[in-house]
Amino acid sequence: MLKIWSMKQQQAASNAEGGPKKKKVTAAQLRAQKDITELALPSTMRTNFPDPEDILNFTLTIEPDEGMYKGGSFNFTFAINQNFPHEPPKVKCTQKIYHPNIDLEGNVCLNILREDWKPVLNLNAVIVGLQFLFLEPNPSDPLNKEAAEDLRLTRENFKRNVKSSMQGGYIKNVQFDKVLK
Amino acid sequence: MTVADHPKCGAGGLGCEVLKNLALSGFTDIHVIDMDTIDVSNLNRQFLFRAADVGKPKATVAAEFVMRRVKGVTITPYYGAIQDKGPDYYMQFQLVICGLDSVEARRWINATLVDMVDPENQESLKPLIDGGTEGFKGQSRVILPTLSSCYECSLDMLTPRAAVPMCTLASIPRQPAHCIEWASILEWPRIMGDKKLDNDDPEHITWLYEKALERAKEFNITGVTYSMTQGVVKNIIPAIASTNAIIAASCCNEALKIITSCSPFMNNYMMYMGDEGVYTHTFEHEKKEGCPVCGTLATDYEASGEWTLDEFIERLKEKPDIQIKKPTLSTERRKLYYAGPPQLMEMTRPNLDKKLKDLMDSGEEVAITDPGLPFSLRLNVIFSK
Repeated sequence: MLKIWSMKQQQAASNAEGGPKKKKVTAAQLRAQKDITELALPSTMRTNFPDPEDILNFTLTIEPDEGMYKGGSFNFTFAINQNFPHEPPKVKCTQKIYHPNIDLEGNVCLNILREDWKPVLNLNAVIVGLQFLFLEPNPSDPLNKEAAEDLRLTRENFKRNVKSSMQGGYIKNVQFDKVLK
Repeated sequence: MTVADHPKCGAGGLGCEVLKNLALSGFTDIHVIDMDTIDVSNLNRQFLFRAADVGKPKATVAAEFVMRRVKGVTITPYYGAIQDKGPDYYMQFQLVICGLDSVEARRWINATLVDMVDPENQESLKPLIDGGTEGFKGQSRVILPTLSSCYECSLDMLTPRAAVPMCTLASIPRQPAHCIEWASILEWPRIMGDKKLDNDDPEHITWLYEKALERAKEFNITGVTYSMTQGVVKNIIPAIASTNAIIAASCCNEALKIITSCSPFMNNYMMYMGDEGVYTHTFEHEKKEGCPVCGTLATDYEASGEWTLDEFIERLKEKPDIQIKKPTLSTERRKLYYAGPPQLMEMTRPNLDKKLKDLMDSGEEVAITDPGLPFSLRLNVIFSK
């Protein structure tokens, strides 16, 4: 065991003389701190921390200023666990919306939230990805099959349905949440 | 040979092997921690357990068994999670061998042992030997906290759990596992709402199994079974007894070499591949610059408790060796100042005018992140007398 310590001494570590050791910020927490404080959000998106002491749970509001979802205000919850960034944040839409990649329960089909997540990605990448879903809904990765089919068949009809769903209207006997801002 | 106080974590697949090897190698004082109880499915490879032991804590049964068979060894079991114990507990050992089953637990023990290193105290550096197996593959690793690459340094290299795109689960399942995942990820929350899915509750597994079976029928998929449901939901990868034996042997070899200095120890990572032939590869993981656990060891920074937080930040910005522009500062117990987003900046701004002594204790660690830093900076802020 002695050899290891001589390696340590060669490393010429700084001499600590602080008091008793205090608890440290965990790596997950620190990474979340870095990601959150360095978010570069455009004016169409904002975060809200219901409990400002807890940076691991927050909401994101997206208000697209172009595309078919323009005029809507969409809310997502973000839940980061202690295994971040090994595991991706859990993201859910809190409203019932008509979107090919978001189901009626609020599950989101975004590759980097699941199969393509990597620890080198950050929260900014996820948020940009979410925004992209509203600009370019993708009918080939459907989570809401009817909406995807609708988009694939007639883009104009889909657009009309999106508009009516955002006003709180019904599509095929399902009532959607009013999300106009 | 007498070696005092030598723990290992885990009395599972690797744990049984490690415990047996250590005792037979002459280690006489071993501690074992495990939070699990014995399941009937463990009995094929966790050879310290018998059918009559099913339901009992692994740590206790393993300790008693080995003490009965190997004279002169004292094994102290602890039935609980490694996280139940703090630095005071881990300080009593000479080294730690881990046979853990999750990334999260490995990150925890790694960070705890790195934190414990006190440059003034030789005894505080506890080598960590980490073993892991997955089917026919395994790995072992020697970590000298703060000296060599730590577990967090190479976190980016881990293969994430293979996941199927959510839309495949939702619309075009092709395999029985897709139906099971659909049941647990989409159908359970849809029908059960906020009720939490308990992977160990047979009723819950049965529910998932039945849902998955219906869905499989709908898509003409065969092969959904109860045990497969259990396997997919709990992410079970079949454990192979011989892989455990090989990896445990490597771990115990390293422990013996480190403790006795009889031979140079491994530098510092070995992977074993037994699925296509038998092959091992050993290489050195390097320390990661800016590793959030070991790359940013707290350095002491002398400050006056009378400074305001704003003054403190201005002085940090003047330090030529660190290039920070828009720093965010926090301690373990509170946010000091957040440079963004607006809500958190507003909330923490009043702290800028407060005195350091009113925000923290002398010696408390301040973690600083900044766009200009590779990751973070940790300072033990010590108030000058």
